[in-house]
Amino acid sequence: MRDLRLSLNQTQKVRLEAALEELQELSSSAASAIVTVAETIPVNHEDGVLKGHGTTELNGEVVATLCGVVERVNKLVYVRALRARYKPEVGDIIVGRVVEIAPKRWRIEINFSQDAILMLSAMNLPDGIQRRRTAVDELNMRSIFGENDVVSAEVRGLQHDGSLQLQARSQKYGKLERGQLITVSPYLVKRRKQHFHHLEQYGIDLVLGCNGFIWVGEHVEAQENAMTEDQESETEENKKPNKKSMTLEEQERTYTPFQTRQNICRIANAVRVLSALGFCLTVEVIIDTAEASASLNIDIKDMLGAEFYVLTAEREVQRRKSIKKGG
Amino acid sequence: MEYVSPEGLRLDGRRPMEMRQIRGEIGAVAKADGSAVFEMGNTKVIAAVYGPREVQNRSQQISDQALVRCEYSMANFSTGDRMRRPKGDRRSTEISLVIRQTMEACIMTHLMPRSQIDIFVQVLQADGGTRSACINAATLALADAGIPMRDLVTSCSAGYLNSTPLLDLNYVEDSAGGPDVTVGILAKMDKVTLLQMDAKLPMDIFENVMQLATEGCKAVAQCIQEVLLENSKKLEYQRGP
Repeated sequence: MRDLRLSLNQTQKVRLEAALEELQELSSSAASAIVTVAETIPVNHEDGVLKGHGTTELNGEVVATLCGVVERVNKLVYVRALRARYKPEVGDIIVGRVVEIAPKRWRIEINFSQDAILMLSAMNLPDGIQRRRTAVDELNMRSIFGENDVVSAEVRGLQHDGSLQLQARSQKYGKLERGQLITVSPYLVKRRKQHFHHLEQYGIDLVLGCNGFIWVGEHVEAQENAMTEDQESETEENKKPNKKSMTLEEQERTYTPFQTRQNICRIANAVRVLSALGFCLTVEVIIDTAEASASLNIDIKDMLGAEFYVLTAEREVQRRKSIKKGG
Repeated sequence: MEYVSPEGLRLDGRRPMEMRQIRGEIGAVAKADGSAVFEMGNTKVIAAVYGPREVQNRSQQISDQALVRCEYSMANFSTGDRMRRPKGDRRSTEISLVIRQTMEACIMTHLMPRSQIDIFVQVLQADGGTRSACINAATLALADAGIPMRDLVTSCSAGYLNSTPLLDLNYVEDSAGGPDVTVGILAKMDKVTLLQMDAKLPMDIFENVMQLATEGCKAVAQCIQEVLLENSKKLEYQRGP
């Protein structure tokens, strides 16, 4: 397995194999049709066929161009790729990293085949007033997002030239601070109603970006005046360029309690374990894994050890079994 | 020197039409988009694919298709005598070009405009047929990266020694100086994308040798197909419903 470079002892190896085998048995009843590159997809030509993504035609046959699962919707036949780069859809919530500030726009790395573009006009200004963007706003872009900042946004659409446009027209989008960014394969994150989660018991925010970028950070209250405060402090900073000497007030604002930091690490490690095992990432499973580690008195650093991997795999088997019984 | 014994066995004990043992493994490089290790007998090659991603050098950007780049290198420890190799010597530049052209023929580059795909292949153990092994490893890695391809490109070599066509030459047979035909085919379409030979061969014999190499390619394709299917199945059942 990809990220699993573990030194398992003999019993752990056997347990992991047994767990994975059981998972296979559990899912085999679903009988999902898996194809590989250049494999013919059986179709009934009499009904008429619409070839979707990941397929091509060769000598009158429908042939897969990707490895993945064949999906059929009425006449449409397409291949859903497993491991691949992110494929954007309008309305997806994504997390990305700013790589460049260009005139009137930010270029954001989001694990797509190109960098996405966030226009200055496609986001709310910090003061919250709707107005035309002036040249002054353009010069102050760096005070909103600088290079290497992690931001959350929404996919606005694909331009006809193939470039991807983002928007951040809500208070919930914007810069993400004081936390960890974890990158996983995008197929592990399912599209859901909710992608922003506030885990109250831990006091942290969890953002599951559809592009496989996952943010775990300290909880921040999304409110109008919080943003204006930022703006004020920004102007203060501009007055005295010596950024190193933070005021006491500012230190207090950016201070993260030790307990919260531990919680962030615990959740982040839970995500790492689950993604290394290739399990689907939902907020319930992540919390469940983190709680299991806490209740078993496993140290945060030991969560990435062999024993917890095996335990997580076994727990997943139990979870899926109970779902199956229930359904 | 005698490369085929009177009993019809080669130096490493194979029959003339027999391939070495082949093995493919997906997911060798954690941070790459796709990666694979491919072994043909003692030849072992690792491949990593990055992309499709933003083009690094803007002037190279192509507006209607993806830019494919390839880098071939040999590890210092890959051959019998340990040598320091300068990067970008003539041999590795040529093989990089060959691999790039072969892979470009099968990648559906028009689906990923203004992006770039990087393929890195490194020989870990060299025992003849590194060119073929590199192409096979690159195919596996590209499929793992989820890059759409028209078909699977596979490659295999064949030679002609002691008036016998031999499949999949190893290092000793390769350095005998006889003809070495490397063939790359699109397995399903049955089209040739690569054909190299660095010696002379009569036409009728050449046809036999190439036929043999093509058979070898098809055997490799089957193996790669199985590895990919196994890997996809595993990913799907681990992900769950």
